[in-house]
Amino acid sequence: MIRFILLQNRQGKTRLAKYYVPLEESEKHKVEYEVHRLVVNRDSKFTNFVEFRTHKVIYRRYAGLFFSLCVDITDNELAYLECIHLFVEILDHFFSNVCELDLVFNFHKVYLILDEFILAGELQETSKRAIIERMSELEKLD
Amino acid sequence: MSGMRGLSVFISDIRNCQNKEAEILRVDKELGNIRTCFKNDKVLTPYKKKKYVWKILYIHMLGYDVDFGHTEAVSLISAPKYPEKQVGYIVTSCLLNENHEFLRLAINAVRNDIIGRNETFQCLALTLVGNIGGREFAESLAPDVQKLLISSSCRPLVRKKAALCLLRLFRKNPDVVTADGWADHMAQLLDERDLGVLTSSMSLLVSLVSNDHEGYSSCLPKCVKTLERLARNQDVPQEYTYYGIPSPWLQVKTMRALQYFPTIEDPSTRRSLFEVLQRILMGTDVVKNVNKNNASHAVLFEALSLVMHLNAEKEMMSQCVALLGKFISVREPNIRYLGLENMTRMLMITDAQDIIKKHQPQIITSLKDPDISIRRRALDLLYGMCDASNAKDIVEELLQYLSTAEFAMREELSLKAAILAEKFAPDLSWYVDVILQLIDKAGDFVSDDIWFRVVQFVTNNEDLQPYAASKVREYMENIVIHETMVKVSAYILGEYGHLLARLPGCSPRELFGILHEKLPTVSTPTISLLLSTYAKLLMHAQPPDIELQKQIWTVFKKYESSIDVEIQQRAVEYFELSKKGAALMDVLAEMPKFPERQSSLIKKVEEVEDTADQSAIKLRVQQLPSNALVLADPKPVNGTPPPLKVPSMSGIKVNGTPQSLAIEALPGEISSQQRGLTEEEGVPGEVDGTAIVPVDEQANTVEPIGNIAERFHALCLKDSGVLYEDPYIQIGVKAEWQGHHGRLTLFLGNKNTSPLTSVQAIILPPAHLKLELSLVPDTIPPRAQVQCPLEVMNIRPSRDVAVLDFSYKFNTSMVSAKLRLPAVLNKFLQPLQLTSEEFFPQWRSLSGPPLKLQEVVRGVRPLALPEMENLFNSFRVTICPGLDPNPNNLVASTTFYSENTRAMLCLARIETDPADRTQLRLTVSSGDPTLTFELKEFIKEQLIAIPLGSRALVPAAPVPATPLAQPPSPVVDANDPGALLAGLL
Repeated sequence: MIRFILLQNRQGKTRLAKYYVPLEESEKHKVEYEVHRLVVNRDSKFTNFVEFRTHKVIYRRYAGLFFSLCVDITDNELAYLECIHLFVEILDHFFSNVCELDLVFNFHKVYLILDEFILAGELQETSKRAIIERMSELEKLD
Repeated sequence: MSGMRGLSVFISDIRNCQNKEAEILRVDKELGNIRTCFKNDKVLTPYKKKKYVWKILYIHMLGYDVDFGHTEAVSLISAPKYPEKQVGYIVTSCLLNENHEFLRLAINAVRNDIIGRNETFQCLALTLVGNIGGREFAESLAPDVQKLLISSSCRPLVRKKAALCLLRLFRKNPDVVTADGWADHMAQLLDERDLGVLTSSMSLLVSLVSNDHEGYSSCLPKCVKTLERLARNQDVPQEYTYYGIPSPWLQVKTMRALQYFPTIEDPSTRRSLFEVLQRILMGTDVVKNVNKNNASHAVLFEALSLVMHLNAEKEMMSQCVALLGKFISVREPNIRYLGLENMTRMLMITDAQDIIKKHQPQIITSLKDPDISIRRRALDLLYGMCDASNAKDIVEELLQYLSTAEFAMREELSLKAAILAEKFAPDLSWYVDVILQLIDKAGDFVSDDIWFRVVQFVTNNEDLQPYAASKVREYMENIVIHETMVKVSAYILGEYGHLLARLPGCSPRELFGILHEKLPTVSTPTISLLLSTYAKLLMHAQPPDIELQKQIWTVFKKYESSIDVEIQQRAVEYFELSKKGAALMDVLAEMPKFPERQSSLIKKVEEVEDTADQSAIKLRVQQLPSNALVLADPKPVNGTPPPLKVPSMSGIKVNGTPQSLAIEALPGEISSQQRGLTEEEGVPGEVDGTAIVPVDEQANTVEPIGNIAERFHALCLKDSGVLYEDPYIQIGVKAEWQGHHGRLTLFLGNKNTSPLTSVQAIILPPAHLKLELSLVPDTIPPRAQVQCPLEVMNIRPSRDVAVLDFSYKFNTSMVSAKLRLPAVLNKFLQPLQLTSEEFFPQWRSLSGPPLKLQEVVRGVRPLALPEMENLFNSFRVTICPGLDPNPNNLVASTTFYSENTRAMLCLARIETDPADRTQLRLTVSSGDPTLTFELKEFIKEQLIAIPLGSRALVPAAPVPATPLAQPPSPVVDANDPGALLAGLL
């Protein structure tokens, strides 16, 4: 299962953090710092997987943003790697050509989208259309 | 949500901050503003409240601690309108976690939304529970969530959330979903046409079958059907194909679920499954598009795992090996990584080894890859595939890599190299070479048993002796050498240096010279060892070398007054012995051969071996327990092994031939001695009347090994050791304490060849401790050990005990244990010895209750006074000898640390009655009434709980049996200013 999801920029600023396991605040800060350090200096020719404590982090870089998923050692790495890409495609579709600023000013919407995509640390919906439609339903209610 | 200008303005402000200081100022200003609004505006408009709560989440995300606003976020959950409710739910699930008391307040509101009619509210509530729901949620909400999941009137939107919400509740409490009541529904869910619901349901199934595959066996054929449907792309809507591949995620999940069923009985189901798998294995091509390539390979690797699990026909297996062989040579790093990872799993399958060996050069290339992730996988694989035929090559590669490896990998590398060298050594001189190289390159990671083993081999093999001696002599030329190298060299040169006498630079005097150069840089135990070596060199100098004798005697003379008892005794004894001339020859004769015995390292490895031939499938199904130690950790949990000397006889180890003098204790004896020690150290008591938290010794079918209470008590007095052990897991503890802070590391070691799942560790903290446990993994891989640091902070004095509620799943049975954690009062004490000038003014100033409390304690376990002194010192209340004029009394002092009291001096006096050792009068004082009381009660517990024959309490330095050296006898000086004390008391 996904333990947590982080979206960080190159400087280490957190743009989204979602934890599916209970962590204390101080531990969250530590985790965010360590994961950033772990992925930021990796060569683009390296694997997208890196061991993190007793888990592994599957990460992918899009422009200046790092999307990192912390998953169990036995989980299927490539499936989660593409899960990141699917999430990015959904964001891209929703914001039409997403950039970091969209995520900064609309962080609340990013949380909403994520809740339609992943729940309880597991994939909930893999249809881009279903999620985008759901988002417009919700926007009407607002 | 759309027109929240205030929020956008705030975010812009933050972005425009020039530096961190400006940002902090802006954030503080905003927080102040929000706090005032929450406090003063009784009627905050929903819009404002919403805006502020979003701002709080944003500030929280920036990494600032926000200690208010939780109430407002939670209260928005009960708002009647969607926009506010939505904010309440989302922000609550980001700010709080399942352990927050606060969350309980929301259970009712959440439940109302779940059972209510509003679909949108249902979704919000299910999402919150799915993301942060805890045990209480599981117990009160599971039936409602189940109803939604199987309801025919709910939209898929709600049902997919219900499926994952139920998964969360099941993880928190597996009793809420049992196969009896749920298997039929589960099977029906797998007929679902909506792929969103099916994807979520499949995740739920994976968790359920991992817990109970028999109960859900009716789901097996349906999984195969689902997989067929996807693999053949039948009836899969376009929106669920990803780069042309029918939902790769659902395919992966389905194959994962199938791996929890031990086997597939039904021939036609098995046949259909194998057809699908065959198609995946053969039909996956490398394509240009990265995403498509990743997705199809995600499916392929899952299929490979499933094939290995099912132990398919030989032909299919060899297809797998061929594929993996291809993968480990590709340039694409992810695929290569996964190739190596899966090939390591493949090793478990018989027949695969030989084919894998053909890829050795390729794998060694990966050991030199710039990416550490790949190097780790290559190391694991090389270690797994090593046998007598390729050991020499592989170990040499590991040694070569050791010189350049980063620190993070050195420990693992050297341990693996040592194990392989010992296990597969083609000849002993090679083994000696390897270990010496290891010590040279990574001495810090070579544990004592490894160099002991070298000594054992050398002693038992005459051919090896001159070789080993000349080898270590070469290493001694280096200017900087590791202390372990000094030890092994000193031992070998002492015993066999004379075999080199004819070589240049190897006369006894020269050997002494080169060894003695190292003495100033080594620690005390090594100095003792060097002294023994000097004695041996002196004996071997034939004809006698007067100059050498003079030099060595000077050294002995110098250490005669060493502060270290062991060194002092050796120096005195060797000096006297060496004056005896011929008699020395008998006493210092060469060590006899060791009885053939296995090294502990190899033993560990062989225990692993017992199960390594088994096929993957057998491993998964039978999950045989084994008593093998966890290999991942080179050092025993309870720290470095104690120096191995015979306690009272100093250097003279009588062994077999009584007249020979061993330089050091027998290498092979480590484990037995160590075991002996740990057993003895177990101070503890079966009686434990004072546990505040009831520790139920659980109704598990799995029996713990050893007595949990005893282990706990032992750990109260020392800082590392085993907290809990059963046939599947060992939990070790290592702790460091500093003032009112502590850092405990839990070592969770899986002893099996299959993973432990659903691992949970919850700390139930008493009110006076702040405890923070880091991430505990859900699964502990086979034979792995994971470390979970736990930060402890002591707020105020109390004897309450923190409890670790630990559980895991093995096979289908849940094992749980409530374990008291050794973060007890005495850990926050700092030993402190006072003089009479310091003691008395303090003692006088603290007069009478509540700061000074006195009590006559009865029913004390009778202890001799020195034993009692040791007991007090062991829990860090330091005895101040000689302060009390009455030899039957003890006075003691210590410093207690907590956040509230800061460092606080504590004093104690114990008046014993020589006629009746079962009673005494205890007086305790400190500057804090609670502390005085708690410490007094604590000491009482210790005095009453000690079992009779606890040998650990025997004074550490008994009077030596051979009084060659004058024992430092602690005679109590009765003329001290104790009269003063008597008057005061």
